Amino acid sequence: MSYVPLTTFDLLLAATLLVINAAISWFFRLKLEKSIAIAVLRMVVQLALIGLVLKFIFAQNSPAWTAMLGLVMVIAAGIEVMTRQARPVRGWQAFGLQTATLFFIGMAVTGLGVGIIIGPDPWYAPRYVLPILGMVLGNTLTGMCLVLDTMTETASRERGAIEARLALGSHRFKAMSNVLHVAMRTGMIPILNAMATTGIVALPGMMTGQILAGVDPVDAAKYQVLIMFLIAGATALGVVCAGVGAIVLLTDERHRLRLDRIRTKS
Amino acid sequence: MLRVEHLRIGDLSPLTFKVAEGECLAIEGPSGSGKTRLLRAIADLDPAQGLIFLDGAERNEMPASAWRHLVRYCAAEPSWWTETAQAAFADAEKPDARRLQGLLGALGLANELLKRPLSVVSTGERQRLALVRALIDNPNVLLLDEPTAALDPQATALVEELIKYQLLSGHSVLLASHNRAQVERLSHARLLLPKRPGAGTTAEHAA
Repeated sequence: MSYVPLTTFDLLLAATLLVINAAISWFFRLKLEKSIAIAVLRMVVQLALIGLVLKFIFAQNSPAWTAMLGLVMVIAAGIEVMTRQARPVRGWQAFGLQTATLFFIGMAVTGLGVGIIIGPDPWYAPRYVLPILGMVLGNTLTGMCLVLDTMTETASRERGAIEARLALGSHRFKAMSNVLHVAMRTGMIPILNAMATTGIVALPGMMTGQILAGVDPVDAAKYQVLIMFLIAGATALGVVCAGVGAIVLLTDERHRLRLDRIRTKS
Repeated sequence: MLRVEHLRIGDLSPLTFKVAEGECLAIEGPSGSGKTRLLRAIADLDPAQGLIFLDGAERNEMPASAWRHLVRYCAAEPSWWTETAQAAFADAEKPDARRLQGLLGALGLANELLKRPLSVVSTGERQRLALVRALIDNPNVLLLDEPTAALDPQATALVEELIKYQLLSGHSVLLASHNRAQVERLSHARLLLPKRPGAGTTAEHAA
């Protein structure tokens, strides 16, 4: 169990590869120089910061600090769900609902994975809890965004059909059932594809990391399988919650379709 | 009896009117004056301030689905959520095969039409099928938005006959139509929505 630590010089050497990006942008006049510079700067600062934060929290090894960073991660994921959507539903209810969903799914799935299945000592060991929570949240929010985007888009396109059903006296969940069906399928497909192709096209990041850190590849594969199960379960829950939540947000208690609640493109 | 009190539609001054059983009220006004918005608001498909009573019961006193079983909006361009009309009819709460046959016959629609994909059914046939769909559970009030816009004179006559029959059997009808002659033939009273919003509304009774 050993790995080769990287020096600052090693990183600077790798950074010279960015000259290729810059050269391509310059040669083809893509005008991406500024974007490349900002993206690189953001990446380095963000990763350096999270490295320092994690080092600090691992050193504390306390449930309170772990929970606090976990909460920050959930809120960041909730904001990401809002900003990633092309046309999100207006208002704090949408943000609240999505963040609450991420909170409960993150707690439940990470709790199951770390607390019950892995069972580290102590049970709140941040070295296990935080990375797994991060992977669960990241994949769940991807699924939720897909569902929410599909819901708003399909509901706008199928407005006539939905309102025809409402006008005939259908419950809002019945009137939106076709939309929900399309959206939930869309939300589930990425994780199914990921499970089907993982290990063939590319090794998953976590497994690669464990192998680089000197873990036995079979043990690393076992961890990866566990993570995939956790992510698949979390995504399914997130997809259902986002779909049902979107129906509630896009309709009102008088069973009217409220497309006026969708933020228009600016 | 449908009673509308101080209903606010867009910038229009509040609307108050009544439509009795067996009565047809024509909604008139230029395009964009709010005819569709008014009908949608009465069906409670759009939020609107004001009171709407059916036989003394306000719309908010009952669930929205119950209200729309009684007060039925028929869109100018009907949309479908199934591949065939038959699948949409199977969706109804209490499918009534005899009533379905009667309505199809009255509108000159063949039974086979139910099984044909709606994407290959003609616009006029789709509009008539939508009317059958709206009448299948026998709502008390019909809100018809340009019910014959896509129809030839023959089909228009059949639809008008069916509307008259509905009126004779004690249903109330609100009719938004650009067809002057049709309004003359069917309506007992008219509600004119002004061209300029906020210019006030007049309701006049024709003969």
